Amino acid sequence: MAKCGVLGDKDSILLFKAVGLDVFFETDGDKANMRLHRMAKEGYAVIYVTESVYQKCKETTDEFASQAYPAIIPIPDISGIQGIGMTTLKQNVEKAVGVDILFNN
Amino acid sequence: MASAMQVKPTRMELSNLKKRRTVAVRGHKMMKDKRDELVRRFIVLARRNKDLRIEVEKGLSVAMQSFVLARAMMSNSEIEEALMYPARAIAVEAEKQSILSIPVPKLSMEAQEGFVYPYGFVTTGADLDVAVQSLAEVLPLMLELAETEKACSRLADEIEKTRRRVNALEYVMIPQFDDAIGRIQMKLEENERGNLTRLMKTKDMLANK
Repeated sequence: MAKCGVLGDKDSILLFKAVGLDVFFETDGDKANMRLHRMAKEGYAVIYVTESVYQKCKETTDEFASQAYPAIIPIPDISGIQGIGMTTLKQNVEKAVGVDILFNN
Repeated sequence: MASAMQVKPTRMELSNLKKRRTVAVRGHKMMKDKRDELVRRFIVLARRNKDLRIEVEKGLSVAMQSFVLARAMMSNSEIEEALMYPARAIAVEAEKQSILSIPVPKLSMEAQEGFVYPYGFVTTGADLDVAVQSLAEVLPLMLELAETEKACSRLADEIEKTRRRVNALEYVMIPQFDDAIGRIQMKLEENERGNLTRLMKTKDMLANK
């Protein structure tokens, strides 16, 4: 059985507790990086990270990019959608195909 | 232009180079096929990823808006009391599947029979119920998003690597081999001609004696 976790500020992610995900309150960049490492070690398969924290965890997400697990996924927080998830997708498409074929039409 | 390869002009070296060139050409063809197939699968995944992300972000915004309303109606301690109590953990099965031998995650969630709120209804407002309900609805999509997004980023990396290999073979390795093979052949022919002239000369000298 795999574990799923959520990382972010308390106001945004408290709600995920109610549907059975493990929540970790972390807004500081260094602490969030450490927490991500610890969660990866503990065997979390999916870690959802709020966009504002995701920005601060670039090095850790890059580190795990070459492994199948954990999947670190940005989600919007309580202040709204910042579009970081879409930007990541766009970068991937540009890297793979050369041009952005999803968003330019 | 391909830089010159340092090789000895011998027949041995020539046959080695020809073998290596054949391998490089075959490798180039396979890499090219791999790249094309990866790109084809990537485009399918990327489209799905985009749709899922739009849906998930919409669903989460709805849930969070209701949560903001709920927080306005209830006190902080009441909210925490309602939510901090451990709910039944979701049952997620994490496996690995492989797309052209690239391991990507495969997640599946066991369907839960009947959704239960992890709190009592006495101190909580209706907005909290809406928030939790809409979050529970968007949860399967979030898992699929995690799966697709990870697969997408892994494929993108792999495509980049494969494309570099294809280009390195096509524009560096194979021209270098061609160049070296050509030069050895010319050198060998030159030696052959030199030898022939020498023989003719010797024959003349012997005849004139």
